[in-house]
Amino acid sequence: MSMPTGIFILISLIKCAIALFVLLTLVAYIQLAERKIVAHIQSRVGPNRVGPYGFLQPAADAIKFILKEEVTPAAAHKLLYLMAPMISVVVALVAISVVPIGGTFHLFGYPTQFQIADINIGLLFLLGVMSLGVYGIVLAGWSSNSKYSFLGSLRGGSQMVSYELALGLALIGPVMIAGSLDLRQIVQAQSHIWYIIPEFVAFCIYLTAAFAETNRIPFDLPEAEGELGAGYHTEYSSMKFAMFFLAEYVNMVTVSCVATLVFLGGWHGPVFGPPQLQLWLPVFWFCLKVGFFLFLYIWVRGTLPRFRYDQLMAFGWKFLVPLALANVLITGVVLSVMK
Amino acid sequence: MHPALFFIFGGIALAGAINLLVQRAPIYSALSLVAVMGALAVLFLLLGAEFIAFIQIIVYAGAIMVLFVFVIMLLNADVPEPTRRSKVAQAIGYPVMALLLVELAGFFAAAFGATPVRTGGYLVQVAAVGQALFHEFLLPFEVTSVLFLVGVTGAVLLAARREERHGAAPRATRVHAGVPTRAMAEALSVPPNAMGGAVIEPAPQPESEPAHARAQGDGR
Amino acid sequence: MIPLSYYLILSAILFCIGVAGFFFKRDIVSIFISIELMLNGVNLAFVAFSHALHSISGNLFVFFVMVVAAAEAAVGLAIIIAVVRARQTLNVDRMDLMKL
Repeated sequence: MSMPTGIFILISLIKCAIALFVLLTLVAYIQLAERKIVAHIQSRVGPNRVGPYGFLQPAADAIKFILKEEVTPAAAHKLLYLMAPMISVVVALVAISVVPIGGTFHLFGYPTQFQIADINIGLLFLLGVMSLGVYGIVLAGWSSNSKYSFLGSLRGGSQMVSYELALGLALIGPVMIAGSLDLRQIVQAQSHIWYIIPEFVAFCIYLTAAFAETNRIPFDLPEAEGELGAGYHTEYSSMKFAMFFLAEYVNMVTVSCVATLVFLGGWHGPVFGPPQLQLWLPVFWFCLKVGFFLFLYIWVRGTLPRFRYDQLMAFGWKFLVPLALANVLITGVVLSVMK
Repeated sequence: MHPALFFIFGGIALAGAINLLVQRAPIYSALSLVAVMGALAVLFLLLGAEFIAFIQIIVYAGAIMVLFVFVIMLLNADVPEPTRRSKVAQAIGYPVMALLLVELAGFFAAAFGATPVRTGGYLVQVAAVGQALFHEFLLPFEVTSVLFLVGVTGAVLLAARREERHGAAPRATRVHAGVPTRAMAEALSVPPNAMGGAVIEPAPQPESEPAHARAQGDGR
Repeated sequence: MIPLSYYLILSAILFCIGVAGFFFKRDIVSIFISIELMLNGVNLAFVAFSHALHSISGNLFVFFVMVVAAAEAAVGLAIIIAVVRARQTLNVDRMDLMKL
């Protein structure tokens, strides 16, 4: 890259700021959308008091979170209790930095990408950072010194570690076809055919594992409110709770982005019109596909019941992992035959 | 750029390692080690070992250390009770350690003090790692897979609670679908009819709430 | 531009701290953690030499060290759980009987 270091840092900072702003706003409105959609699935109206159609509800929620009292349990391990939500939210936000959402554009006369950090093993980076998210949950549950939190974090920790395996194995098939771990190259390799078609099994495994990885229904056992209060964040209040909340939704966005990039062809889609439109259309297609996955999350939440814990672990280890391994094997054999 | 990054992350690694040694509670030692691993991953990147850097995060920080933290949680390992620690051993041990360190450092400084390390001097591509792993190092690779199988089997065998021998938790107390059974009430050393005055049948119910509601209703 | 010896000295420091922890820690989990620190120190030396010698072998050695460390952690922690279950203590000074 021939741009001066100062410009590079400036451009990166601008991109970080924009990404942070967009992401946080998006998370607030995903949450509103979730409440609205689940309400319609259950024949209710949903939030409609704050602003037209409840459109200002996220702002009201934010004010509520900020103004609530911070409660720290007397028996908590103070330092870890404080660190846990921060770890969760930082890890969630860092992961998004390698996700490319479009082609190349010019800023201050230098070419740059719709992506904060263009690194050549982006997928490994994503998996690595996502694997650190489990610390937030485990430490939160342990440091709260409460049995519900503890049970929730034990469940969350083992669930995330187990399903990470299936998640990673599901991504190996597409990586083998694309021959690269660079997210941009994986997208470019899909210009003829999206990998959801040859790798449909891997896609299903990925989607299931992603639901478990983000602790969402039907795998939301770590925070099963019926049995554990709220699981690992039972003892958290105010902004610390909001951080866990934020981390969960940002993780949802991240895994949706990965699904889009690896299986749905990223920003590929019909591109036409004047140059400005040609620049922004791929970004639009990308957002549309991510939006589809986010809708799927909410849809599933509104319709499916929760698994039992032993069923969850048995499903992960005895079905998903062997299936993912078989998929890798078959992909390898087919690739070597076609070569 | 390279020296600055080296000193920042080398410093973090060093601070983490010292904290590991100083902390008494194992949970803080484990978390210090995670910090050391993160810092080392950055140093690996500086040395051009991309694959190893991220594998370090995924395998070490994301899997092995999670396992450690998990076990510390399970055993509720707090600050260990002080036993008679040999003062003599410490008084001799730390200087010997320092001596070993000085000797090693002196050797390294003398032998490799002039070899420069440059960013981008040697970059190991992931593809090259794969090539080497499946050609040159195929046999060790396959042997490690056998090792893993043995390890998994051993871990399951060792950690499995031998119920019949210790007699701590008979199988009957396993709860199915959240139904409060007679066996569960016995395990909680509650007389079966103490919950609201009604005997709770162990009949399979789809949800636990109706069972509770009915029990309370009968009691009134 | 820094010399290779800096990396090697850092790795030696990490290794020595690991050895010190191994000898002076009293609870079994911390001892195990110290062993992992030693392995990490050695890994840094491997990668540094790999860089200096322009050879990929160092990287692969680190890969195998990690794999073995993973298997070792699984088995070792299982042993710790079994031992603690039988003795009700983490302190290695109290684990001085061959038989209960």
